[in-house]
Amino acid sequence: MTKPTTASGHKGLQLEQELIFEQDTQGTTAVDLPHILEYRERLGEFACEDAIGLPGLSEPEVVRHYTRLSQKNYSIDSGFYPLGSCTMKHNPRLNEKMARLPGFADIHPFQPISTVQGAFELIDTCAHWLTELTGMAAVAMSPAAGAHGELCGLMCIKSAHDAAGSTRSVVLVPDSAHGTNPATAALCGYMVESIPANEEGRVDIEALKQRLSPNIAAVMITNPNTCGLFERECIAIAEAVHAAGAFLYMDGANYNAIVGRLRIGDLGVDAMHINLHKTFSTPHGGGGPGAGPTVLSEALAPFAPVPMVVRGPAGFEAEEHAGFDTGGQSFGRMKGYHGQFGVFVRAVAYMMSMGVDGLKQASGDAVLNANYLLARLSEELTPAFPGPCMHEAVFNDRFLKGTGVTTLDIAKALIDEGFHPPTIYFPLVVHGALLMEPTETESKAVLDQFVESMLHLARKAKAGGAAEEFQAAPQLAPRRRPDETKAARKPVLRWAPPDESSAARQAAE
Amino acid sequence: MRYLPLTDSNRADMLAAIGANSVDELFRDLPKSALASAQFDLPNTQSEMEVERALGAMAAKNLNCGQAPSFLGAGNYRHHTPAALDYIIQRGEFLTAYTPYQPEISQGTLQAIYEFQTQVALITGMEVANASMYDGATACSEAVGMACRVTKRNKALISGKVHPHYADVTATSMKFLNVAVERLAPDPFNLEALIGRVGADLACVVVQTPGFFGHLGNYGALAAVCRAAGVLLIVCVTDPVSLGALVPPGRMGADIVVVEGQSLAGPMSFGGPGVGLFATREKYIRQMPGRLVGETTDEDGRRGWVLTLSTREQHIRREKATSNICTNSGLIALAFSVHMTLLGEAGFKRLAKLNHAMATILAEKLEKVPGVCVLPTSFFNEFTVELAIPAADVVERLAKRGVMGGIPVSRFYPTYPEGQDLLLVTATETNTTEDIDTFVGALKEVLS
Repeated sequence: MTKPTTASGHKGLQLEQELIFEQDTQGTTAVDLPHILEYRERLGEFACEDAIGLPGLSEPEVVRHYTRLSQKNYSIDSGFYPLGSCTMKHNPRLNEKMARLPGFADIHPFQPISTVQGAFELIDTCAHWLTELTGMAAVAMSPAAGAHGELCGLMCIKSAHDAAGSTRSVVLVPDSAHGTNPATAALCGYMVESIPANEEGRVDIEALKQRLSPNIAAVMITNPNTCGLFERECIAIAEAVHAAGAFLYMDGANYNAIVGRLRIGDLGVDAMHINLHKTFSTPHGGGGPGAGPTVLSEALAPFAPVPMVVRGPAGFEAEEHAGFDTGGQSFGRMKGYHGQFGVFVRAVAYMMSMGVDGLKQASGDAVLNANYLLARLSEELTPAFPGPCMHEAVFNDRFLKGTGVTTLDIAKALIDEGFHPPTIYFPLVVHGALLMEPTETESKAVLDQFVESMLHLARKAKAGGAAEEFQAAPQLAPRRRPDETKAARKPVLRWAPPDESSAARQAAE
Repeated sequence: MRYLPLTDSNRADMLAAIGANSVDELFRDLPKSALASAQFDLPNTQSEMEVERALGAMAAKNLNCGQAPSFLGAGNYRHHTPAALDYIIQRGEFLTAYTPYQPEISQGTLQAIYEFQTQVALITGMEVANASMYDGATACSEAVGMACRVTKRNKALISGKVHPHYADVTATSMKFLNVAVERLAPDPFNLEALIGRVGADLACVVVQTPGFFGHLGNYGALAAVCRAAGVLLIVCVTDPVSLGALVPPGRMGADIVVVEGQSLAGPMSFGGPGVGLFATREKYIRQMPGRLVGETTDEDGRRGWVLTLSTREQHIRREKATSNICTNSGLIALAFSVHMTLLGEAGFKRLAKLNHAMATILAEKLEKVPGVCVLPTSFFNEFTVELAIPAADVVERLAKRGVMGGIPVSRFYPTYPEGQDLLLVTATETNTTEDIDTFVGALKEVLS
């Protein structure tokens, strides 16, 4: 039986939705504003009343528009996201409720200091949790996301070298690192060189020692690393890095695997960013906002960016100016206002709810869930490294050899099974990688369903003759695979009225 | 613990499947010395009610802007948020989705970003916009970095009317790339002349309108001089509502426009998270930072959207990327876009008019107070007033009278002597005429 076609283009609950610009009713608005009092205009020659081109819709149309769009999204609320390295865990609604308290939401960053003591207390509470959990000397709260935190750490490192009159120019980064690491080092003016990994998927410490020289400013490692393995020799690595006069940056993207178990300060780390939207459960929001507070060792703390919350005689105060009461060594400012305050509120609500005992339980369950996937999936898939793993398990594509089915095809077929695909082709050091991070907020029942789907797909691929079906996946999602080449070759990045856009396209051709 | 679904019997079954005796055994690669020394002076788990009580008490220590007439701006503005906005962005399918790297199951986020990009391009008068940056200040810094790549020059000039945080963030990040940043002195008296400073050694000139002190600027002539010298003109906007009433920067000849979108995206939230809007000319798209969504078709020929031109980005290009940005401000960009959709053209223009109306009414009443002088002759919803006494004292004394009556310029420029008596004042649609009268009355008392 062929699939029925519909006149509307809808398919049952999968409802197609035009762009807002295609639903325009000129002059309509969903916001009724109060009467405008008489006034004398003071815009001078700068006034402009020309048409902008924004569409007009009523409130019911707007609500339906976004409701339909939302229904085309996968989300952690609706299903399992085994996305390695991304930590898609449950986002508690209490966090949202607390961030919306008027005392946190409806306050301005430049109110008189005496009127926002509770806000500074919130930032200070978040900072206390982070320094206490990591055993580090200080934390810079303002970085806006993980990559921004990396930048903060490397700026501190560069400033420390500058202060010591050292002109080191190279940062060492493993091949398995997140792309943000080399990109960040470049933004600090450093050249990037790679550190080799050993057969086990860990940093080759002997090779690293040979690369350390007076020209190395810092070594960036991720721990647990992107292969989901803990760098066993991290203390020896830190000692070697320090002996060479360099600093050790630790990418904290995987901090959720060890939180509440050990303090990274005890490992000899000099700086680490903490993705509050990973470890501390604040929502990803389809691509942010996150927050990347960066914990610092005593050696780097003096160079931390402003603003900093400090305790004064009359309560909390904010150091808002570089070199102003900071001993003059702060490297400056990297974000407007007081950082991602609304994200801090959510993270503190989570920390207080979990408690230090709950955080330890969470890292334990996250690692247990990952090892369970590793054990169960090894029945048909090929693990890249022997276990135990930490919070994520990585498989290579050897189990697909000769089947005509690729890692990408498996990922897309998982969509039809109702699961978000794992992270694929990352880390780069694992061929055809499938990186799976279940997190602690998934039940055993969900993991078992996922395992069944994954084993079913692996068996189907290995049985042969299914390559074409895999390549056609997904078939049941709101869209099938998009033409990415077409999108990149002639980018259409905005809507334009039909006559205008066709004319523009003809002109481009 | 309410967020953890595994039971003890689950854990035992799973350990058996793994072939391990305990969870601790799975952590055997962690150094024993660090495991032994780990001690945390932190509380244990608490119930939902206990957390609500504790955070509620902390929040109650703040004076929120719903409790007192407030006239605060300086880059962060209090606007009304339609109820539908918060409902929409709290839908789990938006709130708890990941970055739309799997387009087949992310069309909702992708289409919303495409609409956002179009709205940003329209209100700024530019050709294209990206999917968002962290905030206005970091967007400004990214714009200067992009101008250096486009022009292959490494010197930037920043006007004294640009928000000091934007200038600080830009100067900080450019210092590490050996880009020389010349920052002009704060310009509350509108004396600055930029055109004579433009030369072929510059990558860009950064300006802001409405300026930090409230002045409106037409940078058309500056744009022409910049173009002739191969210099890019970057225009910053801190309250996008102003774009509903003013000549858009694109029409003046801007090459890059950066906007802080917070004011239309929801609560001020003590200044973060915000959202940086970033718009430019089509010819520069391959030098742009950040994510971009483009239109395409799927295998069945149906229209759809996808992240595109990602060869500019860090996950592909690594150290040669145009930026290190990854997570940006997706949900706040969505909130901005939803508000723009709710407003529509008519609502957006009316909101701008209402803001300007309240600000002019406030200015006229302030001008009648002895010892108060409104500095800009034309402004949108914010302006600087000169007082006869230090503004920081005035603000504290107003706060004691239950009014948050502006922000002292000295908060931003503690070492700028001419700024001590200057106060930044804003009025938006959230202020009533009663608020204004309360403020003016309190100010009269404080000044007399």
